[in-house]
Amino acid sequence: MIISIASGKGGTGKTTIAVNFALSLCESYPVQFLDCDVEEPNAHFFLKPNISFHTDIGIPIPEVDERKCTYCGKCAEVCAYNAIAVIKQNVLIFPELCHGCGGCALLCPEKAITEKNRVIGVREFGMADSIQFVHGKLNIGEPMPTPLIREVKRCINPTRIIIADAPPGTSCPMIESIKESDFCILVTEPTPFGLNDLKLAVGVVRKLRIPFGVIINRADIGDKKVEEYCIEKKIPILMSIPMDKEIAIAYSKGVPFVFEKPEWKEKFIELYKNIKILIQKND
Amino acid sequence: MIKQIVIISGKGGTGKTVLTASFASLASNKVIVDCDVDASNLHLLLHPDVKEKHEFYGGKKAYIIQEKCVQCGECKEVCRFNAIKEENNLMIVDPISCEGCAVCSYVCPEKAIEMRDNISGEWYISETKYGPFVHAKLGIAEENSGKLVTEVRKNARSIAEKNNLNLIIIDGPPGIGCPVIASLSGVDLALVVTEPTLSGIHDMERVVNVARHFKVKVVCCINKYDLNIDNTRKIGNWCNKENIPVIGKIPYSEEMIESMVQGIPVVEYTTNNITKIIQLIWKNMLELLV
Repeated sequence: MIISIASGKGGTGKTTIAVNFALSLCESYPVQFLDCDVEEPNAHFFLKPNISFHTDIGIPIPEVDERKCTYCGKCAEVCAYNAIAVIKQNVLIFPELCHGCGGCALLCPEKAITEKNRVIGVREFGMADSIQFVHGKLNIGEPMPTPLIREVKRCINPTRIIIADAPPGTSCPMIESIKESDFCILVTEPTPFGLNDLKLAVGVVRKLRIPFGVIINRADIGDKKVEEYCIEKKIPILMSIPMDKEIAIAYSKGVPFVFEKPEWKEKFIELYKNIKILIQKND
Repeated sequence: MIKQIVIISGKGGTGKTVLTASFASLASNKVIVDCDVDASNLHLLLHPDVKEKHEFYGGKKAYIIQEKCVQCGECKEVCRFNAIKEENNLMIVDPISCEGCAVCSYVCPEKAIEMRDNISGEWYISETKYGPFVHAKLGIAEENSGKLVTEVRKNARSIAEKNNLNLIIIDGPPGIGCPVIASLSGVDLALVVTEPTLSGIHDMERVVNVARHFKVKVVCCINKYDLNIDNTRKIGNWCNKENIPVIGKIPYSEEMIESMVQGIPVVEYTTNNITKIIQLIWKNMLELLV
């Protein structure tokens, strides 16, 4: 079962919830943790995995054999991303723009283009006690996180409960992270920003037809409008976590709060059982 | 000479938008821009009166003309984004996975695949009591937010030129990927808003390096600095070592949230300490711009 944790707005507590959820479940179930926020991965601060495998992840970019090239310009014509240009007797390649679709190599009439791997980041795999842990780190200056997210998700181990921590926002990296989930937890805070971005995230999970529920973090700050919205739209509120300075301080030090407040473990196990019921209802 | 400032953070939720709205209130002769196009919030504090609305064509998507399709499956074979699926003996494009590369349309022996324009969002030119505001909304489950950011910035610049406004203030998105790069390329100064948590520090370091990679001058401020004084010190040490000025430390304050609920920039909500600190941060930024 794949449970993804997403939010729309950043800083609402996705990683806090994902990490504490995983740590609560791992005593009773086999768990795998995927940190899909490859731009800013943070879960490893809390889970402290022993990384045993590093894999460079790249995308295939074109390489032109100038001996075969006739400078016909077909490659530049078919590239939808302007990543290749032919100017007189020169083929220019802009690696950061290339999506690795392979069109230029496939369609070159002279078969003058081969593909080579261009590294955009690293995927790391390891164990955090009984939790299998996978994350990715996008290299600085790289614009495209989605190929790396796909490679993190390639490690999915279906024999375990998979907790996938998604990046903020509602665009491609968030979508790539939550796609194919059995359930998505949307984490929000009861403020106008939290509500605005929750509505956007709800639009996305509905479009992807993923069953979902909401966790309200720092539930006693701000106003009541998130709660009212969830009730009106019949969106299950799975959990409310109060504003708690101890939780905030534990987070700042990289300490999962279930270690300091073990009573929350029960609540997270209960959360898992509720999610299972919600998925069944949806089927 | 038009100067551009971007507010970024790496980590989300550190206070970028609350600060940007305050700067909008403090600055004169400027255009305000929201480049967090997939989860924008600045409009909730600036209350724009939308004057112009434009559709944004982000890129094309493949479309299979079923009458011509013979289900040979060649398109599916060449698609590297797994965007073509076979359902009930029909080849179907999943528009969410399609990245618009068009390779399928080139290889289709029946010429049954068309690339169609895709409206992936909207952008707006608005009036606010703080001045012109350019903002956008990415469509649900759409992509190309980097391109939309570029479009929004281009229009902000032409408004600044037309109206003789010499400053552009940009609210940036979280992360370090394409919309962030599109938000900070060519700006004169980037303010990185961080918080004294391990995640905040790590994410700040990464986004600072992205800004430097694109040769942008960086300064830093620490929000909720009193949450963890040790970490605040670590941020100060790191910035010191890297020659990045720390131009302000903002304490945790309920007034930040209260002002957000009221829908006004915090500097207009209170005259307390926090407002004085933000005024000082703004003053420091202006000095660094010259």
